[in-house]
Amino acid sequence: MAEIILPKINALQTRPAGAGPGEPLIKINDLSLFYGASKALKNVSLHLGEKVVTAFIGPSGCGKSTLLRCLNRMNDLIDNVRIEGSVSIGGHDIYGDNVDVIELRKRVGMVFQKSNPFPKSIYENVAYGLRLHGMKDKSELDGVVEQSLRGAALWDEVKDRLHSSALGLSGGQQQRLCIARAIAIRPEIVLMDEPASALDPIATTRIEELILELKKDFTIVIVTHNMQQAARISDYTAFFYIGELIEFDTTTRIFTNPAKRQTEDYVTGRFG
Amino acid sequence: MSAPNSIDFRTKQFRAGSFFFTGLTGLATVLILAILAIILTDVIFNGWRTLSWHFVSSIPTKDFFDRHTTGVLPMIIGTASRVIVMTVFVLPVGVITAVYLTEYAPNSSMVTRIIRAAVNNLAGVPSIVFGLFGLGFFINFVGKNLDAALHNPTAVWGQPSIIWASLTLAVMTLPVVIVATEEALKAVPQGLREASLALGATKLKTIIKIVLPQAMPGILTGGILAVSRAAGEVAPILFTGVAYYMGSLPQHLTDRFMDLGYHVFVLSTQSTNIEQTEPILYATVLVLLLLTFALNLVAIFIRANMRRKMRSLH
Repeated sequence: MAEIILPKINALQTRPAGAGPGEPLIKINDLSLFYGASKALKNVSLHLGEKVVTAFIGPSGCGKSTLLRCLNRMNDLIDNVRIEGSVSIGGHDIYGDNVDVIELRKRVGMVFQKSNPFPKSIYENVAYGLRLHGMKDKSELDGVVEQSLRGAALWDEVKDRLHSSALGLSGGQQQRLCIARAIAIRPEIVLMDEPASALDPIATTRIEELILELKKDFTIVIVTHNMQQAARISDYTAFFYIGELIEFDTTTRIFTNPAKRQTEDYVTGRFG
Repeated sequence: MSAPNSIDFRTKQFRAGSFFFTGLTGLATVLILAILAIILTDVIFNGWRTLSWHFVSSIPTKDFFDRHTTGVLPMIIGTASRVIVMTVFVLPVGVITAVYLTEYAPNSSMVTRIIRAAVNNLAGVPSIVFGLFGLGFFINFVGKNLDAALHNPTAVWGQPSIIWASLTLAVMTLPVVIVATEEALKAVPQGLREASLALGATKLKTIIKIVLPQAMPGILTGGILAVSRAAGEVAPILFTGVAYYMGSLPQHLTDRFMDLGYHVFVLSTQSTNIEQTEPILYATVLVLLLLTFALNLVAIFIRANMRRKMRSLH
């Protein structure tokens, strides 16, 4: 199994590797999360760098999506969730007192597993967040909408039908629209929760290319079930198993020479 | 049937149970349709002959049992206004309650469960009890106190009127609107709420800009059900606003009114000449049906328009 993955790893190694996370943008320290009495995340500590792609991998129910949703406090929406430990972004504890969740979510955008465009026009989907945060000027809106759609590699496909319904787009286009919508408000971090898992291989490839493009401007944290995908697009990979962070390292190391036996078993497809 | 593993599809078996239940469900459907058809044919066939422009556009004299001079204009106006005023009150209150229950109230809390139980019980209260409640609460308590506070020399608010009848009907139809709206809100995909919140929208903004517009057709369905239920109700308005006879049309919300449903009751119980009254009775019932249908049609039209808009743009 390792042989199948290796050629892709070699391609990855030829990329100029980032010098490492540098000063970490996201610091997760000893984070535990409880749904009622059950502990879904167990004392996770993890530092993520700026403008790199970090992939969270692991079998279903390992807590990777839960951890992702801790980073923009989407878990707040669920009843009976309790959190211990801390998460800081850019030096600010996002679970501290006086944290404005609205401001946090402006800085930490999110793309979901199931594409969820609003039942509005393509234009209005992208403009939604902008209007929300006070942008009113028509020409300014036009400019940012175009820029965001270009950023999500969707502009050429939709520029002639900006005012028709977003629900008329294909699945892959809808997901890129959701990415455009997320990046329109210029977050620093974009969280992606299995963004390509519902898409066909061609649409998946486009999303992956887009992620590689986006990391020039954004810090990206992506949850994926697809290990080849993690290998192709991420710089760092964290492997989770039943709520625990088993191993975190450069993607190259995780996929070629993992330190832990469990990681090796998982990335070579022996379980999960 | 030769080899034990081969399945023979050719011998169609008669399955008595399946046949029986198909027949039974079909029969039940036919029965319902037949009852509806009989009622409608009877009313339309008999009512049509008496229905005329004069009938729907004139104000009757005190002797409204005479088919040549009588009219139902005050009753049409009365029924239409009490239904419209009711809708104006019941929709916002019902929608806001449903929004609270679905979007804000913690699902398993005691308070939420008590409110839900109260709403369900409200739906089961007999309509005459609503009438008595309206008399006791709206007229004798709210109205009389309002008159006292405003120093009105004669009763203005503290008497039966369109507004109190409408409010009584609004209380009665509240559960219908709440339940329909709750269902509509629950049908809005959670993903849309999350998408909005993840963009930094507040919960209130998310509800106003994303959730409610999506739920609007379902909410209007609740409105349609409420209108249908209220239009034909007589019991709740008996003590709260309906008049046996009025020589002129109501001018204010604090005026009493004549009502189609109540007029049907009056015609069928107070007439001294049944043969003469029967055609008027049929025509009045037909007008009531047509009015209910027309009020529904307005709501259905708005809803269809909304759905079309949602599909094409925004």
